[in-house]
Amino acid sequence: MSKESETGIGSLQRSGFVVRKERLYARLIAASAVLTILVTVGIILALSGRAFSFWSEISPVTFFTGTSWSPVIAQSYGVLPLISGTLIVTVFSALIALPVGLAAAIYLSEYASDTARSILKPALEILAGVPTVIYGYMALVYVTPLIDSVLPLSAQVIPPGVPVLPEFTIVMPSLRTFNALSASFVVGIMIIPMVSSISEDALSAVPDSLRQAGYGLGSTKFDVSTKIVVPSATSGIVASYVLALSRAIGETMAVTMAMGMSPQMPYFPNVLKNLAESGQTITAAMVQIAGADSLGSGPTYEAMFALGMTLFVITLTMNVLAELVRRRFREEY
Amino acid sequence: MSEPDTSPKVQTTIETGDEEPRDAPLNTKETIIETRDLDVYYGEEQALDDVSMEIYEHDVTALIGPSGCGKSTFLRCINRMNDLIDSCRVEGDVEFGGKNVYDDDVDPVALRRKIGIVFQKPNPFPKSVRENVGYGLKIQGYEGDVDERVEESLKSAALWDEVKDQLDSSGLDLSGGQQQRLCIARAIAPDPEVILMDEPTSALDPVAASKIEDLIDDLAEQYTVIIVTHNMQQAARISDRTAVFLTGGDLVEYDETQKIFENPEHQRVEDYITGKFG
Repeated sequence: MSKESETGIGSLQRSGFVVRKERLYARLIAASAVLTILVTVGIILALSGRAFSFWSEISPVTFFTGTSWSPVIAQSYGVLPLISGTLIVTVFSALIALPVGLAAAIYLSEYASDTARSILKPALEILAGVPTVIYGYMALVYVTPLIDSVLPLSAQVIPPGVPVLPEFTIVMPSLRTFNALSASFVVGIMIIPMVSSISEDALSAVPDSLRQAGYGLGSTKFDVSTKIVVPSATSGIVASYVLALSRAIGETMAVTMAMGMSPQMPYFPNVLKNLAESGQTITAAMVQIAGADSLGSGPTYEAMFALGMTLFVITLTMNVLAELVRRRFREEY
Repeated sequence: MSEPDTSPKVQTTIETGDEEPRDAPLNTKETIIETRDLDVYYGEEQALDDVSMEIYEHDVTALIGPSGCGKSTFLRCINRMNDLIDSCRVEGDVEFGGKNVYDDDVDPVALRRKIGIVFQKPNPFPKSVRENVGYGLKIQGYEGDVDERVEESLKSAALWDEVKDQLDSSGLDLSGGQQQRLCIARAIAPDPEVILMDEPTSALDPVAASKIEDLIDDLAEQYTVIIVTHNMQQAARISDRTAVFLTGGDLVEYDETQKIFENPEHQRVEDYITGKFG
């Protein structure tokens, strides 16, 4: 107290209690950050340990080039049919979700009135909140019968009589009960909110001065949206796409229910047949193994970890690619 | 209005206008923009009160006045940038080449292709220098040689020599003053009739600002320039005519710049110019 009155500016110390409290907070926060790292490392170690133990029994060459997946019955461990199933669902769900999601984001950010936005945004959040098992159910009960009611369709790509080229008709056959098309469709719907909400954030972050500049040059609203705002938000949009694709690749419940459990190699050249047939994704195969009696040991059980590792590497690669693209097109305004 | 209301004829007079000497008596110039009884409201608030003025082609017309006097609002009425503000309501006429731009049959998008605008803060697109300047040409479906027009525009904006080796690098890599000249090049590339400038130098350092001022003088040979400025010395240096707006959206005095600064009619204008007010 005597010091205080000497200097006249009050104490220049904090009480020991306050200092210790601050230090405790800092440590708690740091511990939370470290925890996430530990969990990630733990998962990678657990995955790769079992996976490499699997690959010491079944050669990785057999695993990655084999065209038949039948771990329980035939002991065949070729992952290509599963990768093919995953790719089909990812590509076709992306065909739905990426354009529709971006268009919705443009509408929300550039066109929608406050009223429209106040209805649409919660609606998208509800869509994002629907449990995926319900999407699987919807695909089986509603989507497949609805789409199937207009099938089969055929279109002649190369009509008869064209020299050199063989006659070629592309046919979309009737759907199986379990099929890739309705699985892709519901996965596409499922990931729209992810594309639209992240893209909308990126679009809304584009400064208004750029829109003004565009209008000042005689742009229409569509010009401003597509030639100025969207290119300026490229990195955010790409991020939303990659996250959505990762989600589609990792999606499990809906594809297991809607697409079935019969791994297929892709059909060529009539790619549409792939959509009509059932198939199996990497994730669905893991569900199947986890639900089988072989839990605990043996190559069938360890195959689950090899699949998990494969899936992890695919999504990790995608995230790294996304980061590279993001740096290349980063927003600077 | 001496001018018939079709834009091709405006173009004709501008071509003949080019041959006029710059220091011709002001009253021989053609009117290009005329406002009559212009009132503008933002919601309930009135931003412009009964403004009537004629702007002559190839003039540099400066709009000065204290903050909130409505000078920027007036500028943005001319190419209907105010349409983008929901609460904004415009009453009265703004005639461009004899045609009221607020008529139902005038498309603001087409109007803005004839009346370009440069903003206070440089706002190049996050695209290359070339794409920035070429943007207006692209959206307007320009059929000529885009690269040639980009070069001409950059030369007119006194920027070509500084950027000719970096046409493909981002416009955002340029300095602030260069960015503003890029925005000017972008505005003139589609060859508008009129260029509106909303305090184009207020975000720039004095050297960069003086380059823009020199440029404005050159631009007036080809275009009509209307410039809002806070800086009275700037208005005095670069403009042929000056309009003084005072609080309440009143156009108090509008005359030749020399007269406004040396011998204004109104005491309020003199007070403002001599710094007693505002």
